[in-house]
Amino acid sequence: MAYTLDAKIPAGELSQKWSNHKAAIKVVSPANKRKLDIIVVGTGLGGASAAASLGELGYNVKIFCISDSPRRAHSIAAQGGINAAKNYQNDNDSIYRLFYDTIKGGDYRAREANVYRLAEVSNLIIDQCVAQGVPFAREYGGLLANRSFGGAQVSRTFYARGQTGQQLLLGAYSVLNKEIAAGTVKSYPRHEMLDVVIENGEACGIIARNLVTGEIERHGAHAVVIATGGYGNVFFLSTNAMASNGSAAFQCYRKGAGFANPCFTQIHPTCIPVHGTQQSKLTLMSESLRNDGRIWVPKKMEDVEALRAGKKLPSEIAEEDRDYYLERRYPAFGNLVPRDVASRAAKERCDAGFGVNETGLAVFLDFKTAIERLGKETIKQRYGNLFDMYEEITDVNPYEQPMQIFPAVHYTMGGIWVDYNLMTTIPGLYAIGEANFSDHGANRLGASALMQGLADGYFVLPYTIGDYLSKKIQAPKVKTDTAAFDEAEAGVRARIERLFAIKGNQSVDDIHKRLGLIMWDNVGMARTKESLERAIVEIQALRKEFYADLKLVGTADSFNVELEKALRLEDFLELGELMARDALNREESCGGHFRSEHQTPDGEADRDDENFSYAAVWEYKGIDNVPEMTKEVLDYEFIKRAKRNYKD
Amino acid sequence: MGCFLTNSSVGKKLVMSISGCFLVLFILFHMSMNLTMLFSREGYNLICEFLGANWYALAGTALLAAGVAVHFIYAFILTLDNYRARGKQRYAVTVQEKGVSWASKNMLVLGIIVILGLGLHLVHFWSKMQLTEILGHHTFELELNGATENISVANGALLMAYTFSNPINLALYLVWFVALWFHLTHGVWSMFQTVGWANDTWYPRLKCIANIVATLIFLGFAVVAVMCYINSEAYIAEALELQLLAY
Amino acid sequence: MNFTLKIWRQRDAKSQGAFETYKVTDISADTSFLEMMDILNNNLIHEGKEPVAFDHDCREGICGMCSMHINGHAHGPSQAVTTCQMYMRKFKDGSTIVIEPWRSAAFPVIRDLVVDRGAYDKILQAGGFISVRTNSVPDGNAIPIPKKDADESMDAAACVGCGACAATCKNGSAMLFVAARVSSLAKLPQGKVEGARRAKAMVAKMDELGFGNCTNTGACQAQCPKSISIAHIARLNREFLCAKLQD
Repeated sequence: MAYTLDAKIPAGELSQKWSNHKAAIKVVSPANKRKLDIIVVGTGLGGASAAASLGELGYNVKIFCISDSPRRAHSIAAQGGINAAKNYQNDNDSIYRLFYDTIKGGDYRAREANVYRLAEVSNLIIDQCVAQGVPFAREYGGLLANRSFGGAQVSRTFYARGQTGQQLLLGAYSVLNKEIAAGTVKSYPRHEMLDVVIENGEACGIIARNLVTGEIERHGAHAVVIATGGYGNVFFLSTNAMASNGSAAFQCYRKGAGFANPCFTQIHPTCIPVHGTQQSKLTLMSESLRNDGRIWVPKKMEDVEALRAGKKLPSEIAEEDRDYYLERRYPAFGNLVPRDVASRAAKERCDAGFGVNETGLAVFLDFKTAIERLGKETIKQRYGNLFDMYEEITDVNPYEQPMQIFPAVHYTMGGIWVDYNLMTTIPGLYAIGEANFSDHGANRLGASALMQGLADGYFVLPYTIGDYLSKKIQAPKVKTDTAAFDEAEAGVRARIERLFAIKGNQSVDDIHKRLGLIMWDNVGMARTKESLERAIVEIQALRKEFYADLKLVGTADSFNVELEKALRLEDFLELGELMARDALNREESCGGHFRSEHQTPDGEADRDDENFSYAAVWEYKGIDNVPEMTKEVLDYEFIKRAKRNYKD
Repeated sequence: MGCFLTNSSVGKKLVMSISGCFLVLFILFHMSMNLTMLFSREGYNLICEFLGANWYALAGTALLAAGVAVHFIYAFILTLDNYRARGKQRYAVTVQEKGVSWASKNMLVLGIIVILGLGLHLVHFWSKMQLTEILGHHTFELELNGATENISVANGALLMAYTFSNPINLALYLVWFVALWFHLTHGVWSMFQTVGWANDTWYPRLKCIANIVATLIFLGFAVVAVMCYINSEAYIAEALELQLLAY
Repeated sequence: MNFTLKIWRQRDAKSQGAFETYKVTDISADTSFLEMMDILNNNLIHEGKEPVAFDHDCREGICGMCSMHINGHAHGPSQAVTTCQMYMRKFKDGSTIVIEPWRSAAFPVIRDLVVDRGAYDKILQAGGFISVRTNSVPDGNAIPIPKKDADESMDAAACVGCGACAATCKNGSAMLFVAARVSSLAKLPQGKVEGARRAKAMVAKMDELGFGNCTNTGACQAQCPKSISIAHIARLNREFLCAKLQD
């Protein structure tokens, strides 16, 4: 049965939609809030800010995170900054411009109403974070400083050195701590959600595993919020943290929540290239580096060969022999084109044979011009910690030689489908932040992930969840001894037992690395019908191998990292296939999704608004069955769609 | 308000800092008094006489004893706390971190050497001078050149020259001064840190001051002890003469 | 490169632990320390043995999850990095590397190299925040903050909460961690409002949880992966003492 999708987008003028909606939705009285329980899974920017705000309102909140403290969530690793339409730089920025840039950056595959709301509350986020004590960069006059990010022609990015995500998360974590101290939020660190419990069609709790003792626990609530981030680790190598996973979202999908646009993956252009087969993850070099760094490869093949042979240093290549290909192709935005464009351009040059390292998979990010213009000290002030990090990893001093960079998987725009209220297709089940699909379309602009996580958590969900919970004020505490909980717990136990019973020969990482290669080669930066069909077959075969040949050591009732990884990989093995299916279905190129069959003569993404102006929402039909797709058609009421143009 | 000085870590450290500061000031005072010895034995004895068992000297002594006791007892309490906080299982491998002074990690050991030295010092000097006077006597007995002499309690010069004429005593005292030097190189800047009067600009300055103070104190005491050892015969003869003149 | 690894193995908090020795071979110099651990673990799994449990996550030095004591150094011999940011080129080929968990009474071992750092969360819950409600705040530019103050606040806010300070401190003191938070907020006008309450509450919680007393050795600063200065400890002392003196 296909979904009947109602995005619940309020009527009216774009700029009035959110205000009208807030006025129309129901609220819960303080006395009733005390009786209502909410579970928030994940404590990154979305989860922490939501839990803190809900706790403040008076709800009883339980938070779950897989690491030892809420502060470890991977939001902490965001480097560059957070966007807001403050127009503090007086460069004619506005809510509308931020909205427009985000829609355009997302290649017109996001909902207008959601994105406008995001732009609208962006300013509140900055105020909120400043009040929490987030030490944003300041100018000498004591006012907030800004810098530029890709896809924008204004400076609207607020930052705290190269650690903006960390500072914003510590801000959210601090107000979360305030609520934990006040008793409104109860924290469950080192707990992993393994299933969501549905009763009478509504979410009513989760099954979680205590990662220290291995105990399987039941937790009931009147609403469940999924804030567990993205699933980029399906590629094994990505900029995500080692434990980042798509499992919580995938359990929701298994239980009936629609999964939208799973193929929309962001490949970040500025990562440190892969160096060998022993690598465990890829390190991101902040997009902010593109403010002052210039990206190039040599023009002449002989220089490329000399570089690879180590006969020439990059600094020895003359200015006229360098191809600043982003500046050449996109004069208006230059090095600050959106991420998908920059990544593909790098791939194009490397495919043409101009990659500058031994593997041929790297381009230069050069600060020579900036150092000449601004002096080494200024560059050090701006990017010192990033330069140090680069040198630590590669043993190359970026003040003297350009950095080598290459695109890597970074963020997933796709995720659980949600309506305007951030509720999934299952009543009472919400998804916020990167875990949902809503705001970035087919490509996310830099410094917008932090914005979305905090917008959802601080300013959207705390209002919209009240609309649903207002119907629950008569409901008693959720009982966890019901048949639904029994069944969910039994399912989790059976899953774990099954994995231990395989007793094969390959470790989780052995299989995960192979999945990663299949994904990167076939569902990566450029996809074709053939590659995607191949991926589906290969993933299915690998999944069979997983169930036949996995070697899992240790026990279920103890601290067992291998078990955690195996459970996550099991989900990735299905999610990877879903991504390939979605990519296969989308016979167009848009944003981060590039189908080689669909490109313009000059190699740009060829979007097909006539046939693919929709979000593809997938419904689970069992592990080896083809999922069913429902379209949420995207109406562009206010913006006239155009081909994305970063040239002029 | 009083309780934070006994029940909070920062409060306890404040007590260490203030008592330590007081002791440093006392030591500086004691050192300058000792230095008189180099220039005039008579002058030194005048000071000894002035600081006999008068009420102000006794009050000062009591205060000093209290300072030492507080500093020492708190050091033990803090160390015990810290030992417990470190946990039962210790590291198999430890290193000296860059920029961390050896003294800072061995303050208790250094403190114990200082206290032992103090004990020796009390036996050598205080028991014969102020204590004797408190007990109502005006002289103490000393073996000089094979004969037992009655020495005035105010004849510090004689006692000092006599004590340091023994090379073993000299060596013990020098060890004591070295321990004190180490203790102070950390202690002096540390007391500023504990009360919060320090920052990155001032650390080099404070550490420099600490080294200067520690070195001054070391030199001040060591010079007197060494000079007493070298000139012991002359000083003893002079001091005996002084005593004959006075009585 | 080849290495001999002496690693602490401990089943759970209640069990006795012991060192076990492993060998890893053919490690590239560009491999990170944790990737080397991954290789060891994958080998162990293939031998049917349980892998070494260790905390790690972001592998870019910001989440604060990794926590090994390597050859006597918290986060290994490199300065100003976390364990995950250390590369095998820093070690001598053929050498023996000793790997221990954080050892501090307040950080009990959960398994192998994994410890429970929940105490740090509890300290922050005691007052490491500004009590602001969502949506009831002034404009971000309403309060100008001198660049110098914002920068200094940011220096302290760089703390990743890894626990290296308490793990390295011979006194098991968490002062650098507590100071980083108190100092970061104390430098901002927004944070000053509750400054006194915050300093008192956080120090009290720290003491209650069994951390030791700071003796200003500076070992924490030397091992801190973010090089946070003990000047922040001086500021915490100042904030705390001023708050107490006003009570």
